[in-house]
Amino acid sequence: MLIGCPYCGPRDVGEFTYQGDANRKRPDPASPAGAEWERYVYERTNTAGEHREYWQHSGGCRAHLVVTRNTVTHAISSVTLVRGDDA
Amino acid sequence: MSGRRANAGGQVDRTRTIRFTFDGKPMTGHPGDTLASALLAGGVSVVGRSFKYHRPRGIFSAGVDEPSALVTVVNGAVREPNVPATAIDIFDGLVVESQNRFPSLGFDIGAVNGLFGGLFSAGFYYKTFMGPVVGPLKGTRFWMLCEWFIRRAAGLGRAGHATDHARYERMNAFCDVLVVGSGPAGLMAARAAAASGKQVMLAEQDPLPGGSARSSGETIDGMPAAEWAARVAGELAAMENVRILPRTTVWGYYDGNVLAALERVSDHRPAEKGEPRHRHWVIRAGRVVLSTGAFERPLVFPGNDRPGVMLAGAAQRYAGAFGVLPGERIAVFANNDTAYRAAAALHRAGARIAAIVDVRREVSAAALALAVETGAEHLPGHAVVATSGGNALKDISVQRFDAATGALPGETRRIEADCLAVSGGWSPAIHLASQAGGAARWDERLQAFLPPEPSKPWLGAGAFTGAFTTQEAIVEGLAAGAAATGQKPSRRKPPQVETADLDVAPAPVFEIDAKGKAFVDLQHDVTAEDVRLAHREGFVSVEHLKRYTTLGMATDQGKTSNVPGLAIMARAAGKAIPEVGTTRFRPPFSAVSLGSLAAERHGDLRPERLTPMHDWHAEHGARMLAAGLWFRPQIYGLPGETVEQAYVREAAAVRDSVGFVDVSTLGKIAVQGPDAGEFLDRVYTNMFSTLSVGKARYGLMLREDGLAFDDGTTWRLGEHEFLMTTTTANAGKVMQHLEYLLDIVWPELRVHLTSVTDQWAGAAVAGPKARAVLAACVTGTAVDNETLPFMGIVRGEIDGAPVTICRLSFSGEMAFEVYCGAGHGLQVWEALMEAGKPFGMVPYGLEALGTLRIEKGHVTGSEIDGRTTARDLHLDWMLSKKKPFVGSAMMDREGLTAPERLQLVGVVALDNRAFGNGAHLVEAQQDPADPHGSIGHVTANCFSPALGRYVGLALVKGGKARHGSRAWLSDPLRKRFGPVEIVSHHMFDPEGSRMHG
Repeated sequence: MLIGCPYCGPRDVGEFTYQGDANRKRPDPASPAGAEWERYVYERTNTAGEHREYWQHSGGCRAHLVVTRNTVTHAISSVTLVRGDDA
Repeated sequence: MSGRRANAGGQVDRTRTIRFTFDGKPMTGHPGDTLASALLAGGVSVVGRSFKYHRPRGIFSAGVDEPSALVTVVNGAVREPNVPATAIDIFDGLVVESQNRFPSLGFDIGAVNGLFGGLFSAGFYYKTFMGPVVGPLKGTRFWMLCEWFIRRAAGLGRAGHATDHARYERMNAFCDVLVVGSGPAGLMAARAAAASGKQVMLAEQDPLPGGSARSSGETIDGMPAAEWAARVAGELAAMENVRILPRTTVWGYYDGNVLAALERVSDHRPAEKGEPRHRHWVIRAGRVVLSTGAFERPLVFPGNDRPGVMLAGAAQRYAGAFGVLPGERIAVFANNDTAYRAAAALHRAGARIAAIVDVRREVSAAALALAVETGAEHLPGHAVVATSGGNALKDISVQRFDAATGALPGETRRIEADCLAVSGGWSPAIHLASQAGGAARWDERLQAFLPPEPSKPWLGAGAFTGAFTTQEAIVEGLAAGAAATGQKPSRRKPPQVETADLDVAPAPVFEIDAKGKAFVDLQHDVTAEDVRLAHREGFVSVEHLKRYTTLGMATDQGKTSNVPGLAIMARAAGKAIPEVGTTRFRPPFSAVSLGSLAAERHGDLRPERLTPMHDWHAEHGARMLAAGLWFRPQIYGLPGETVEQAYVREAAAVRDSVGFVDVSTLGKIAVQGPDAGEFLDRVYTNMFSTLSVGKARYGLMLREDGLAFDDGTTWRLGEHEFLMTTTTANAGKVMQHLEYLLDIVWPELRVHLTSVTDQWAGAAVAGPKARAVLAACVTGTAVDNETLPFMGIVRGEIDGAPVTICRLSFSGEMAFEVYCGAGHGLQVWEALMEAGKPFGMVPYGLEALGTLRIEKGHVTGSEIDGRTTARDLHLDWMLSKKKPFVGSAMMDREGLTAPERLQLVGVVALDNRAFGNGAHLVEAQQDPADPHGSIGHVTANCFSPALGRYVGLALVKGGKARHGSRAWLSDPLRKRFGPVEIVSHHMFDPEGSRMHG
């Protein structure tokens, strides 16, 4: 699999580290443990199809990217920098 | 079998002789020979014994499809078992042993297994050994009794225990077009693709290119096919944009058009200096042309495993490519025309063709003409129903055969033959296409599975697609090469093949169902009857059939047996073959060395991280320990000292006077920016924004789930600048954790992170005399208590090199960490050593470092093990209540605050003997054979010179409440049992008076 890093160009997946579901929202840090934190820390969707996820170019520029990947075909439809991502 | 070298023919160099040994017996061959061709030329018939029944087995094929002739290659103490003799290139000094025989190949005691055939039929293990114990000779207990004998009797080669010192390496490559296989189709595809100027790689698993052309005996463009292939390959090799990889098997097809290949660089000769044995290729290809050819299938009939029975194409290969005749008097048994070409080739090479037995009544005119040429007795509408001979074929029995019903009318007749060449049709080698995705398609005419529709950017050509004639292969290859590079097909006339006009479609006959053991999978000894038995017992799915009978699950992965097995299953079920279905092929296509997969991750290609003082350590007697990729001194042993004596001496020196230790491996992260303090408040459990410039603080990080993650000190070097230290092992993880938080969670924070681990060398000077040592060598600053209080930071110079010194202590003594630029590391270290001489300062290693911290109850990764909380480690004083931090929401959950959690304690051995990490603690002495009721486990241990006892740290249920109580050490693995006392983890100087001194 190749990931097109906006800084470094298309690079082998081995240079990247998967950093999880990009749809998660971190709860208010001051809020106590509860359903919202449980969801954030433990619960993951197991999407068959388009999935937004974080990847870090850890073997390169170290930027975090939002990659939209089809989990069935591994086809990547979009790669953007997290800083500058409007989500 | 009485094979011999023919007078002419083949691509071997008859002017040179190669000497090797087989089972200790000296043998010879020529350059270009495989082990199999050399053994055949030497008249060897039995090469191995079969898996279950220990039947004698010979050479069955001429390639990686070989199910029978598996051998062990012996290289000094290193043994590589289960290598097909057909895939070994011989060289001078090669040592090979046969397998699975006792006491010898010729006479094997295990062959009596054959007399108890019923015992070892499909599902034998499940039926005999599984389930509850019912009676004396059944069930799992019985299995345990029999296992030793069965494992000895049924099996393959024996792996050695010696370390393999061969080098393996990995190569990443890119190309526009990767052509897999260099038969006529592959050569033409490479040529057409190369004409575009694009980058082309051509991988061939054999030593020489040419594929079928090496032995087809056909004429291409007026030349013998082998010569034509060599010429085309030579032209390709001369092109700058073509790279040919001989002895390279493409074995895996992955997403993104990435393919894995194994190049056998120096298996066939001694490696040159620096050269690897194997090279693992990861090839990213724009397009792939699969021209991997086809595997011939055997026919299944009683006695089809006898040495001397081989595939017809293989027999032709031995004559055409190696100039070896597998027999003097050869019979042929086929369901298709291609065997006639083999017969003719063997005849031309000098063998006598005794008979051609064909299950079909009618054969093509071209085939008939070839039969006439050979002078063989032609027996259409016949089948072979038995073979005889002990360790070598003597004769075959034939009978009239009705291909439509499978009936065998009339009497049997014996025909003398020392080799039987069998052809049951051809199966395209669709493995890579199947790996790439998609289901194979059954072709009724060719009676074969054809590749799926491409789901990835690959194109097929030649026999791989079912184009079984050379002329078709050439045309398809040219088209595929052009298409792969976006060119229009060339109008030039393709190379012309002169050959017999044979009908490539076989009759739909897979098995001759006569009396006797007829093998489908020769390597796993699975018979046609086993397949039917599995069907009778209800195994209808082909996947279940495979697992129950182990058909196709041997090292050859059923290359010759899959389709016949399916056909027999389909017939038993009264279904058509495509209804039964086929299994999907998975990587690897053929055996891959584990060394090549590990490549740079072990041995001399594994990266090593060395501190600037590494050589000094080595020169001063340090025994080095690997810590991740780092190497750190374990002890600096004096002559004759044990490890324990050395670390006890080093630790005692620190408590008595002074010692110093290389701490360069600690993770170091520069945290800079206006919001650096705020950032640290959020990632550490305690406050950092309030820390004064020029001071350091011990910090603890949690994970989001509230468990402890890492600890270390962070120094405030300026208003907006911090230097964070992490544990050596977690440096990378902490960096990634912080980057994630900054990029994703708090992008609004103005903070920049830089890993500076390698930029700073560090030494910790510890002991009552530590300050005196520094005072003797540091210039530009005072180091007295006022200037450099506990957790204070100063900058100065040592021997002219700038240093930053922080007074902090891991050992519990008065201690200082001295950091300097890595380039000054050795200089500063040596200056410290010089300054320490009057005080008897010693360098100390990891063991002494561990001893000092165990005495003090300081935690490391052994205690911060991903399961412990700050409270478990008595670090709750570090949990700020004034601010949220990573983990603060989740750390107070019920399960993480339960009183029965494992908590950090100290343990003291009451029998004054050493004990080990991982030993369990139980409440009272118990039967060593029945350990139970663990209340916790030991995480660290040492002999404490300060306390004069063997002590340790442990995580124990209820922790603190057990202080002062006794427990019992239970370590059945190391047979160490004994009484211990549970104490506070602060075992030495609990008030900390020494470090504040």
